[in-house]
Amino acid sequence: MAKPPDCSHCQKPATIHLTQIINNQIKKLDFCENCPHQKGVTDPTGFSLAQLLAQNDLSASTGADGSLTCSACGFSPSDFKRLGRLGCPECYESLGDFISPMLEKMHRGTHHTGKCPDELLARIQITRRIEAIEKALREAIEEEAYEEAARLRDELKALQNTQVSGNVNYG
Amino acid sequence: MPRTFYANMQIQPLIDGRSELTHAAEPPQEVIISTRVRLARNLQGHAFPGWAKAAQRRAVLSECEETIAGLAQMQKGAVLEIENLSDLEKQVLVERHLISRELSAHGAGSGVVVSPDQSTSIMINEEDHLRIQVLRSGYHFNDIWNAIDAIDSSLESSLNYAFSENLGYLTACPTNVGTGLRASVMMHLPGLVLANQMEKVVRAVNQLGMVVRGLFGEGSDASGSLFQISNQQTLGESEQDIIRRLGIVIETIKEQEINARLRLIENEPEKLADKIGRAYGILQHGHVLSSSEAMNFLSLIRLAVDCGLLPVEQRAQVDRLFLECQPGHIQFAAKENIDSDGRDTARARMLRKETGDMPSLNFDKLAFS
Repeated sequence: MAKPPDCSHCQKPATIHLTQIINNQIKKLDFCENCPHQKGVTDPTGFSLAQLLAQNDLSASTGADGSLTCSACGFSPSDFKRLGRLGCPECYESLGDFISPMLEKMHRGTHHTGKCPDELLARIQITRRIEAIEKALREAIEEEAYEEAARLRDELKALQNTQVSGNVNYG
Repeated sequence: MPRTFYANMQIQPLIDGRSELTHAAEPPQEVIISTRVRLARNLQGHAFPGWAKAAQRRAVLSECEETIAGLAQMQKGAVLEIENLSDLEKQVLVERHLISRELSAHGAGSGVVVSPDQSTSIMINEEDHLRIQVLRSGYHFNDIWNAIDAIDSSLESSLNYAFSENLGYLTACPTNVGTGLRASVMMHLPGLVLANQMEKVVRAVNQLGMVVRGLFGEGSDASGSLFQISNQQTLGESEQDIIRRLGIVIETIKEQEINARLRLIENEPEKLADKIGRAYGILQHGHVLSSSEAMNFLSLIRLAVDCGLLPVEQRAQVDRLFLECQPGHIQFAAKENIDSDGRDTARARMLRKETGDMPSLNFDKLAFS
């Protein structure tokens, strides 16, 4: 008989075997008797099944082994446990369910109330508006509302021009 | 190491220049040595330095270096790439608080830009893409905040910062997210150390979400009774609120320190006078001094100034010597390679020369019976 797998948390022989199916990915975890109780969770990587299921943000993808990773840089919560640092600015969004509880424990609040870079915010707003118009434009074309589509196209062009004249660098 | 090596040091102008820490414009005060604010900033669309590939790091370095060198505040400053610096040069920069130990351990793709008066330094590819720091001798949070805010805003107009409306400035470590701000004050607390009160102070400060560290930050010892007090939390509070709250903590610690000194003067004046007298004697006549010994004796001389035993003008000299007695500075001044024993001798020689014409201690000021 093959050697039983080791506990994913402490490397003792595993006696509890958990299989989760998340986003059609099978994720298998093996534990010794003590670890799941000590951790108080059913997953040693630190986020519960319920949290994972509640997560509908698709910017995070699941890797081949079923683990959560940042879609922009491939960083995963296990990398954080090893390095103590995140991979890229996108990780805050992609791995939000993993990071948010940490932030709550670390800081006095969960929302930024300090300095905001005005120019950057203006740029973010224009980008968001452009995305919204592009979506509306696609819908208008699908619905064959050509008058509306023409109006949206003009608005889009005007906004894209402000982006260029605003010296935006998206490198 | 050949002598020419020392002649080629890139940091020589920084050593020769009049820096904020060695030649402050204003006379130093009691208890508070210096004030510092740093901001952590990152670029959108780039992996953080610890996760980025070498080529990505180099791309960020060259983009940032050019932008920073173009700042009005950094004109005629030093632009240094870590891989081009010797270990000794890096050590001197760490001792001058211009770069962190973490940056000095990084290789290719990291750098720093230092303003001519060394009050401003901007590290590139440390833990974050940018670590902007403004440091001044004395207690100057308002001026420093205005200065660093202006630098940050200038950089923001050319660099695409990683910012989220909800979480603020996004940083490699979640402990810095939000304002990315760490405000810190270097305090001289010999009274609390002698009265064995520091542990209590550290605990109380921690409970307020602030942290106490040694002279060189995390994990460093507190030789010279020098401590950095700084905020730990960066999200959920504005920059002004963080600084205001830290200011209250600093004022309280300062009060406690002064009370501890008064109690020492009142209860154990001979013990205090003896400590100061021995420090004075060894600095003037010692021949072998380790850096932590030197720091502790200098600390007692600063305390002697605060107690009125020496004229206030001596404070500036002590603050400069705190820096110049560090191992890297002693090695650098020697202009040739010396070992640890040689440094201890060179340090004692330098301190004998510096303190040789120091006025006598006026013990009457302690007014003990």
